[in-house]
Amino acid sequence: MAVSRDKIRNFSIIAHIDHGKSTLADRILEQTSAVALRDMEDQLLDNMDLERERGITIKAHAVTLVYHAKDGEDYVFNLIDTPGHVDFNYEVSRSLAACEGAVLVVDASQGIEAQTLANTYLAVDAGLEIVPVINKIDLPSADPEKVRREIEDVIGIPADDAPAVSAKAGIHIDQVMEQIVKLIPPPEGDPEAPLQALIFDSYYDAYKGVIAHVRLKDGTVHPGDTIRMMSTGAEFTVTECGYMRATKFEPVSELSAGEVGYIAASIKAVRDATVGDTITRADNPASSPLPGYRPVQPMVFCGIYPADGAKYPDLREALEKLQLNDAALSFEPETSVALGFGFRCGFLGLLHMEVIQERLEREYNLDIITTAPSVIYRITKTSGEVITIDNPTNYPDPSLIASAEEPMTNAHIYTPTEYVGNIMELCQERRGVFKDMTYIDSDRVDIHYRLPLNEIIYDFFDALKSRTRGYASFDYELDGYEKSDLVKLDIMLNGEIVDALSFIIHSEKAYSRARKMAEKLKDKIPRQLFEVPIQACIGGRIIARETVKALRKDVLAKCYGGDITRKKKLLEKQKEGKKRMRQLGTVEVPQEAFMSVLKLDE
Amino acid sequence: MIGLYLHIPFCDGKCPYCDFYSMAGSDSLKEEYTRRLESLLTEWEGKLREKEGSYKADTLYFGGGTPNLLGASRLARLIENAQKGFLLENAEITLEANPTSRLDAFFEEMAAAGANRLSLGLQSAHEEELRLLGRRHTARQAAEAVEAARRAGFRNISLDLMMGLPGQNWEMLQESIRFCASLEVEHISAYLLKIEPGTPFWQKKSSLNLPDEEEICHLYLSACEELEKLGYFQYEISNFARPGFEGRHNLKYWRCEEYLGLGPAAHSYLGGKRFYYPRDLEGFLAGNLPVEDGPGGSPEEFCMLALRLREGLSEEIFRNRYEEEGVFLPERFWKEASLLEKAGFCRIEGEEGKRVLSLTPRGFLVSNSVILELTERI
Repeated sequence: MAVSRDKIRNFSIIAHIDHGKSTLADRILEQTSAVALRDMEDQLLDNMDLERERGITIKAHAVTLVYHAKDGEDYVFNLIDTPGHVDFNYEVSRSLAACEGAVLVVDASQGIEAQTLANTYLAVDAGLEIVPVINKIDLPSADPEKVRREIEDVIGIPADDAPAVSAKAGIHIDQVMEQIVKLIPPPEGDPEAPLQALIFDSYYDAYKGVIAHVRLKDGTVHPGDTIRMMSTGAEFTVTECGYMRATKFEPVSELSAGEVGYIAASIKAVRDATVGDTITRADNPASSPLPGYRPVQPMVFCGIYPADGAKYPDLREALEKLQLNDAALSFEPETSVALGFGFRCGFLGLLHMEVIQERLEREYNLDIITTAPSVIYRITKTSGEVITIDNPTNYPDPSLIASAEEPMTNAHIYTPTEYVGNIMELCQERRGVFKDMTYIDSDRVDIHYRLPLNEIIYDFFDALKSRTRGYASFDYELDGYEKSDLVKLDIMLNGEIVDALSFIIHSEKAYSRARKMAEKLKDKIPRQLFEVPIQACIGGRIIARETVKALRKDVLAKCYGGDITRKKKLLEKQKEGKKRMRQLGTVEVPQEAFMSVLKLDE
Repeated sequence: MIGLYLHIPFCDGKCPYCDFYSMAGSDSLKEEYTRRLESLLTEWEGKLREKEGSYKADTLYFGGGTPNLLGASRLARLIENAQKGFLLENAEITLEANPTSRLDAFFEEMAAAGANRLSLGLQSAHEEELRLLGRRHTARQAAEAVEAARRAGFRNISLDLMMGLPGQNWEMLQESIRFCASLEVEHISAYLLKIEPGTPFWQKKSSLNLPDEEEICHLYLSACEELEKLGYFQYEISNFARPGFEGRHNLKYWRCEEYLGLGPAAHSYLGGKRFYYPRDLEGFLAGNLPVEDGPGGSPEEFCMLALRLREGLSEEIFRNRYEEEGVFLPERFWKEASLLEKAGFCRIEGEEGKRVLSLTPRGFLVSNSVILELTERI
């Protein structure tokens, strides 16, 4: 081993979106000369286009750097970037478990946000040393002293020595580096003990198979070793191990306790090397895995269909490829009368769902239709049997249901005080139960609600943002199941149920949602030769009705100088429009109609 | 047997609804234009004869613009020229004209030159509607023009009417229709006004007080009924005629037959190809070649055109035309047709193998959608 263990610093950066995490990471990379300036692309750690565009990190990334400190010594910095969204809370906790410290970045003009706080508590709970950093001091609205007090009051850690920096302008970055050396303890661990390596990220590489990013707690690993995944018992032979440098992998002959690196072992899919699992050696296995492993559990489900039915095999292939890299994505074939062949897909949360949808469209060039997202409901039948349901199609006949339960969340919303009224109104609309409210400082509060998960998976985040002019932030965790008065709402077009539009909803919300959906569909379905009745119903009972009137006039009356082509072109254009429609019985429904009913809160 | 179309792109003013290709023209320009048409007629006649042996036309149509503005002697020259190369006896020779006054001499000269059908752009019998349309004639003048044409010997006269005009109600339209009938013309073309981009009407669309869609449908259906009552049979979406007086030239368009159009913005369908001369008078005079407009005569196109006609789409004719290509009208087509029939959009006559499908006036009103539904199933 090149560097003694006491010269290693393993840490993450915790920050709210836009508070400058990636910029700070870039500066740290610069200061350690890991990347020649000319090779720097802005925000190097956020690899995916999507991540860069949205300014969020979806996957963890890690990099090993060497820092020449003011004490004249070289230190190995292992910077482990964490995903920045609640959907990936578990990944965050595993990344943090791989560290001894965390750099907490707080925007000097905005102060602490929900996300920051949630992740900071995760870090504190994991026993990490927190290194607070106040960023964006170059902004005119910056108030570093206020933020310093806030960090002390809210998080309860001393912040007197917290460097006040501007990652963007490169001011005082050296102070951050020195604080990392000074405050964050070196890793412990015994190279002689049986191997325990925590997987905090894994992804699929077409040449090497799955590459697992690991933190070795104890023991050593070498190419040629037979390793065992402690959750499944599956064994593989290590083909390569090494460090992740800023721009390339650096294979080494051994990784040892305390170090962060990668292991490749011809593993076919990330589900065989999932985040949180412990790798040990088959010849001298650890007696128990590292704590905290949790199998990934999709929470939100929706149907994904190719807009063009002929693209079904392409969709399957794309999902398979995405799954190689994403153990949290689940899918199985499903058929819809309305949409044909597609897949029921499971996601960690709404963002995860959107990310997958976008990747299917952008990276795989697929035109897809998605159905309304659903959570997992628990139904107790009159027979006593308990079933779980994530697809409205499988919802039992109401006469067979003894009771129904829905998943709940524990939600925190951080907001300037002026929006408290708006937020409470929103949470009330979403069937939230108020828990408590605490003042973070004189003008910001933490509002705590218990909210049903199915109320926040549609458009809660958008609604929250629009009602607080973007100032509120939001975080939630799952909090058990609760009895609920659920119904299945069906939409009928011309008397026939469109299965892809059915969903499960609380009975109190059914009427207003039914009305909105019917209105929206009326707008989106073009007039046709025949009148199209749109009905929303629960069981056999119709609770909302609209009608798309029959088309009255659609004619090209005049022919100019024998110009048939003009007519033909007009018809062809109309035909193109028709192609983008789904034929449901006698009714033609544009693809947008299916998507439009997903966003009704406008 | 092909049709000949000669476009005369001259008008002495631009009507605010019109997007046809026309302009004011000096006498020398009109002369130059006539010469260009003459030489093209000769050129095309030679080209077609070389290629196809004999190529005959049985219709000649002067459209515009305002063809009478070219003057009787130039029109006569063109007729003579066309007759030499193309025209058989008994050809239908139509001339579009604006029904202004003092056309007696003009009509006489045209009749002498061989023209036998007139299409007069009346548009309305109401002075306020004519003013709004920017027409430069009155209903009275139109009546005089028809009388003058009769005196000159024309036995086949058509009048144009427009429906769905700003402020128009059924009573007004009915009066215009009855006015035409009282002149005892043989043919009436009744078009729904379409507001075309780039016209003055388009610019002031919102202030035009146009009838709403329901009212337009009412106008159209009532007009079809009224014209039928007055003895004018609807043989095409916008065309009505006494039996035997259907426009033969325009029928060629709908029957997917061949025609040669000369002049800027004139379209042709010959030898399976569609082409046209661009909307560019200067380029046309300079000898620019026509522009290809893709193949014509596909089964879909044939259906689209046939379904504009009351005679409709004949299973037998379709079979004879497309059997070799392996295209036929499948049962799913007829199944859809019978659904549409039940809804009153069309009728199916004749027994299997010889079925004929045609649209009703209600079907004509939504013919684009009906045609799409049907051609999708070929």
